[in-house]
Amino acid sequence: MLPKFWRKIRYRYNLIGSYCENCDSYFYPPRNLCPKCRRKGKVKEVQLSGYGRVLSWSIVHDGIENFWISKPYIVALIELDEGARIVAPLDCNPEEVKEGMRVKAAFRKFGEDGEDGIIYYGTKFVPV
Amino acid sequence: MVGVVSYGTYIPKYRIKVEEIARIWGENAEVIKKGLGIEQKSVPSWDEDTSTIAVESAREALRRANIDPKKIGAVFVGSESHPYAVKPTGTIVAEALGIGNNYFCADLEFACKAGTAAMQICYAMVKAGMIEYGIAIGADISQSRPGDPLEYTASAGSACFIIGKDCIAEIEGTYSFTSDTPDFWRREGQPYPSHGGRFTGQPAYFRHIIEATKGLLNNLGLKPSDFAYAVFHQPNGKFPMRVAKILGFTKDQIKQGLVVPYIGNTYSGSSLIGFASILDVAKPGDRILLTSFGSGAGSDAFSFIITDKIESFERNPTVFEKIMKCEYVDYGLYVKLRKKIRFG
Amino acid sequence: MREVAIIGVGCSKFGELWDMGFRDIVISAGIEALEDAGLEGREIEAVYAGNMSAGRYIGQEHIASLIADYSGLADLHIPCVRVEAGDASGGVALRQAYMAVASGVHDIVIAAGAEKVTDVPNAMEILSASADVEWEVFNGANLPALYAMIARMHMKKFGTKEEDLAMISVKNHKNATLNPKAMFRREISLDVALNSPYVAEPLKLFDCSPICDGASVVVLASEDVAKKYTDTPIYIKACTQASDYMALQSRRDITTMDAVVFASREAYRIAKIEPNDVDFAEVHDSFTIAEIIAYEDLGFAKKGEGSKLIREEVTALDGDLPVNTSGGLKAFGHAVGATGVRQAVEIALQLRGDAGKRQVDAEIGLSLNIGGTGATAVVTIFAR
Repeated sequence: MLPKFWRKIRYRYNLIGSYCENCDSYFYPPRNLCPKCRRKGKVKEVQLSGYGRVLSWSIVHDGIENFWISKPYIVALIELDEGARIVAPLDCNPEEVKEGMRVKAAFRKFGEDGEDGIIYYGTKFVPV
Repeated sequence: MVGVVSYGTYIPKYRIKVEEIARIWGENAEVIKKGLGIEQKSVPSWDEDTSTIAVESAREALRRANIDPKKIGAVFVGSESHPYAVKPTGTIVAEALGIGNNYFCADLEFACKAGTAAMQICYAMVKAGMIEYGIAIGADISQSRPGDPLEYTASAGSACFIIGKDCIAEIEGTYSFTSDTPDFWRREGQPYPSHGGRFTGQPAYFRHIIEATKGLLNNLGLKPSDFAYAVFHQPNGKFPMRVAKILGFTKDQIKQGLVVPYIGNTYSGSSLIGFASILDVAKPGDRILLTSFGSGAGSDAFSFIITDKIESFERNPTVFEKIMKCEYVDYGLYVKLRKKIRFG
Repeated sequence: MREVAIIGVGCSKFGELWDMGFRDIVISAGIEALEDAGLEGREIEAVYAGNMSAGRYIGQEHIASLIADYSGLADLHIPCVRVEAGDASGGVALRQAYMAVASGVHDIVIAAGAEKVTDVPNAMEILSASADVEWEVFNGANLPALYAMIARMHMKKFGTKEEDLAMISVKNHKNATLNPKAMFRREISLDVALNSPYVAEPLKLFDCSPICDGASVVVLASEDVAKKYTDTPIYIKACTQASDYMALQSRRDITTMDAVVFASREAYRIAKIEPNDVDFAEVHDSFTIAEIIAYEDLGFAKKGEGSKLIREEVTALDGDLPVNTSGGLKAFGHAVGATGVRQAVEIALQLRGDAGKRQVDAEIGLSLNIGGTGATAVVTIFAR
């Protein structure tokens, strides 16, 4: 998975998404084409602020392999201030999660490609 | 006027108390607390490592500095727990800050003084006109053998300093005292460090800190009373107090920078987080002494003078606020988080 | 466009079929379908095989030709194609087969769905590849977690309760006791469902359908040809398909599957019926919340009122609109790529009067097959 992960490092580390100048919309993850304007759109990369609010979440008991040591973990659907949405892990006590809660981006480990493989980093969220 | 333009710190939110560790190993917590001068230490979460805490402290420093990341010309990360033995932490930090591709970079190792060594390198590069701004980070997620005395103190934390002109704390001078002294080490491939017991005291910690500090004061023609604050490397709560006394600094001068009782020894972050805590309250004109110590062995001494610029600098949240904001874990969770359990 | 009818159906048992490999399972369903249709085999003109992930489940690609080969059709050199759309692979295969006949390209074709999942230990991880692997699953959101977030929002917005979800599970298990080929054939109580352990809150063990082995086959023929083989052709009055954004974060509203709304409206228009003309339905209860949302998106209930239908037992076997008479994905089992075709088999059996103890009185049936969290939806309307 090395080149596949490497290709998206900037977008994962830094929450770089897409902005269509034509219709003033923000997207995350980044897109090649604006879904509203298609080839009429002017899509460019944009650094998102990293602040947002929780729309929905789940406390996952039976989750992905990379996160097994932290189960149950929380994954949330978050609406960033710019309007783009992201699904990401939330580092928070389960009792504290509330709909609409303000959260911000944090740089964390997502796993590794085995003991001798590369380490995956990316953006998780924490309560503000 | 080259010095610290901005600073940021990161301390993980979990803590474990001395009482909890002593409970498991059948030791007397009160004796240990008194002997080490420490109450608790910080514990990183399962998904934190030296890269992640370095990034968090650097992002804070960069945000407070309000400068274009592309102007950063160098990134040096000092640690003894770099996630990779080969592949620099510095490039991960630089990528996560959006610095671009035009920067000098290498990872540093000199036990607990790798962060101050990074500062010296950035200082030199800025002075030489090679770069406009340099990032120096001291960060560690230190590991300790279960049941070893180091388990009470080995903790996690990071401090980042952006060095440049137009600073909030000018570097008046820096001086290093270094020798080949094997007081504390870790061989390649070994999970836990080894140390020389009491040998780590006088021939190592004290000798180097004293010589480096004296050397600096000599060069600059200064005496301890010229300083508002002093901060030394903090492997425990006792050593810095003793070395301060030997050198002629008072308890009041070192109080603000003494963070080890609450977060433990953050190794490469140790003296630097203490220094950040002083910057949180320092006033223009204050002179600050910083002397780190790294096993193997060496000490870097600095004299800083606070400038007027600190008045308009965003210093919240402070180091002590971060120290207070914490959650306690028990030994079982601690051992799981620190991956000391062999799985399968 | 010609009328298309089902002239034969076949289905393997669904479950953990340790003694049967992929080929064995498919062939068993295929033979049953051909015998049901009264075909020798040489009449088949094409094979459309729905299968999500043979590559990862059994390390084998190119399975459509493999299926035709082991069905004894290799010397006929007919066209075979594998169709994939997550766990809507079966439904999409059915639609491809339907279009081949409706358009006049072929007269008799097979739509098969098959999956062999138990040779690997990580079936759910592989099924989660029907979601956005790079941006959802990598970030911790596997398929149960995604449906859990949908469920939580539906519960918050519309007052749907965990009891409602459990009731779906109880109903489907009850239906499956009457279905000899179902994976689970015992009733469960509401208590058991409600107290089962959480998989991804608020979804519990009994809210999640079991991924299993299985194959289903239907034989499709044009109207004229169909009448030569059977007195009870079951017509496909409409077979529509729609897509949507892949990741939940890109969807317009996560409590509605726009693809289902779109496909079903189109299907009703083509079949010239209204939602309340539908007598019974097989829907995609990969997770119980999906069945409740399906009631709404198919137009059986207003948005947000799906739970009413289960509370008032409207969708029970003896209700006004029985849903998942087969036991659904939850109790019959979800053999991923086979499910979409399996749903068609159930509807055909019902409309022919061959559903045994779970027979309902119906003229028009509807099937809904979904891929992942709704990026693909296939809606098929059947009638005698």
